[in-house]
Amino acid sequence: MTILAVDSLKTHFFTRAGVVRAVDGVSFSLGQGEVMGLVGESGSGKSVTGFSILGLVDPPGRVVEGSMLFHGEDLVTMPTREIRALRGSRIAMIFQDPMMTLNPVLRIDTQMIEAILAHEKVSRKEALKRACDGLAQVGIPSPEQRLRNYPHQLSGGMRQRVAIAIAFLNNPDLVIADEPTTALDVTIQAQIVHVAQNLCRERGTALIWITHDLAVVAGLADHIAVMYAGRVVEAGQTDDVIDRPRHPYTVGLLGSVPSANRRGQRLTQIPGMTPNMLSLPEGCAFRDRCTHNDERCKESPEITTDSGGHAIRCFHPQYEKAPA
Amino acid sequence: MTAFIIRRLLQAALVVFLMSVIVFFGVNVIGDPVDMLISPDADQAEIARTIQALGLDRPIGEQYLHFLKGVATGDFGKSFIFGEPALKLILHHMPATVELALVSLLMAILLGIPLGLYAGLYPDRKVSKGIIAGSILGFSLPTFWVGLMLIMLFAVVLGWLPSTGRGDTAVFLGIESSLWTRDGLSHLFLPALNLALTNISLVIRLTRAGVREAMHQDYIKFARAKGLSESRVVSVHLMKNILIPIVTVLGLEFGGLLAFSVVTESIFAWPGMGKLLIDSLLQLDRPVVVAYLMIIVLFFVVINLVVDILYSVLDPRVRLKDQGA
Ligand SMILES: Nc1ncnc2c1ncn2[C@@H]1O[C@H](COP(=O)(O)OP(=O)(O)O)[C@@H](O)[C@H]1O
Ligand code: SF4
Ligand SMILES: [Mg+2]
Repeated sequence: MTILAVDSLKTHFFTRAGVVRAVDGVSFSLGQGEVMGLVGESGSGKSVTGFSILGLVDPPGRVVEGSMLFHGEDLVTMPTREIRALRGSRIAMIFQDPMMTLNPVLRIDTQMIEAILAHEKVSRKEALKRACDGLAQVGIPSPEQRLRNYPHQLSGGMRQRVAIAIAFLNNPDLVIADEPTTALDVTIQAQIVHVAQNLCRERGTALIWITHDLAVVAGLADHIAVMYAGRVVEAGQTDDVIDRPRHPYTVGLLGSVPSANRRGQRLTQIPGMTPNMLSLPEGCAFRDRCTHNDERCKESPEITTDSGGHAIRCFHPQYEKAPA
Repeated sequence: MTAFIIRRLLQAALVVFLMSVIVFFGVNVIGDPVDMLISPDADQAEIARTIQALGLDRPIGEQYLHFLKGVATGDFGKSFIFGEPALKLILHHMPATVELALVSLLMAILLGIPLGLYAGLYPDRKVSKGIIAGSILGFSLPTFWVGLMLIMLFAVVLGWLPSTGRGDTAVFLGIESSLWTRDGLSHLFLPALNLALTNISLVIRLTRAGVREAMHQDYIKFARAKGLSESRVVSVHLMKNILIPIVTVLGLEFGGLLAFSVVTESIFAWPGMGKLLIDSLLQLDRPVVVAYLMIIVLFFVVINLVVDILYSVLDPRVRLKDQGA
């Protein structure tokens, strides 16, 4: 059952320097309990996509087009009050930097209890108990004591666990995790992935895992959408995208990831810089960094989907052998 | 924490002591109070008698030791002019200044924070731009000029409020103050507003800047992502963070309000310590000047201490510890 269907979402920022098309026609859908990896380099519009779903795009940005059906209701046209009721209860989000997400001057218990009381009329005692259970479920030792701590008394990994616990407090249908491991040590990263993955499995929660690192989502996601310059350039089942990438950009991304089955080969890097969103090339946005670019690429490629549901936006798709 | 406070108080004692030395000898350098006190046509014998009566015939070092001995017993010496104990004179004028400073502080908080909050939350609205323009004026216009304008407008032209003096006082909870009477309050309003003006502007700017900065912080976005109401996001998540610098600055400003209400007190003929200081300085009334400044330094130290403690209460990341004087 589809719980979220994003269709042709466009979120633009109307800055003094010009219109930044941070998200420019993104479509994907997500079934109950499914895990989607949203992948792309920094600045490709992943976070803005996440914030658009929650209705939390900061001015001067706004959703200018498209629809986002959540359980069939369009989040784009939904009144603010109703979106607020969904936030933190049906759709929750985990942010990138755990050092910045928790309010530094409020105790953990305050920040957890308020998340429950914002959506439910329960006693503080009941809320506190749920907060405590929540901390225990993300593997925080002696949760009663931790509840009385301030964020600065916890390590980065612990804080991210708290943020995850908060996200799952109200048993949401969908959690958007925006690069939740990027700011953490490698050893901690794996634990955080594990914690989030387990919670989703246990509760049948759908998950959008945003990352710039394809390796992270390879073992986590059911399907993957690769974004470049505000658009999805390749999407499909995780195995298809990872093992048989067809878009030159995805091939490039995979080439820059160390991997067991390509051991001994040199890591390749995508040439050029991450694009300036105010001066994208005409036609295919990836054109000035693409080694396969030709005359045809001066026009904008449409996204095409094959029978297996593997979609790409490119005039010259690569074939199975490509990453080698 | 106790160790911290004790250490602070010891430092304070040292500062107050140094202050007394500097001022005691400093006033002597400025001029000879005898010239001020004695009519030009007094004869030699009379002059000698006065000098002796004031203890000014002895070497300055000895005078200072004598003064210190007195201080140890709470005696700051007698005013050369009024012949009354200096401390008593100052304490007599203190309530007027304290009430003026307190009301100013209250105005700065009650006007500055809401206005700054509005200007920060809705930066593009016309009202916000008006608030900012007003705060710039509040900063840059000289206090005495604003004071005169306030008197012109509210006392002379509109005739709504009295222009000078402290008005009726009453005793409540053992404190005599003009806060407890209508007449007193009406006298208090203009000078307090005048004194508060720079602080209102300061608080507006601090609050606005704090809001502008905090609004883009992840913790605000995360609070929203939890589905909290906008009022809770602003009044708890935002305010608790931006109050930290505001409280710090206001606390320090309060010392300034007490110590430098001189201009306002002069314009509005407010019978406070500031006016007493000016008069005493002009007449080289050393005991009053020295006692006044020692008390003010003590005020500053105590206020700083209170601010530090408040700061540590507001910001859990701060541990009270000594970082030198
Ligand atoms: N508040 C903003 N004002 C202007 N541009 C913004 C703002 N937030 C994001 N953008 C632009 O949107 C684009 C996508 O940003 P983002 O979604 O954060 O990328 P990422 O994929 O790294 O999460 C970036 O090019 C950025 O410049
Ligand atoms: S359309 Fe052309 S330029 Fe764009 S990715 Fe494909 S081959 Fe490269
Ligand atoms: Mg991002």
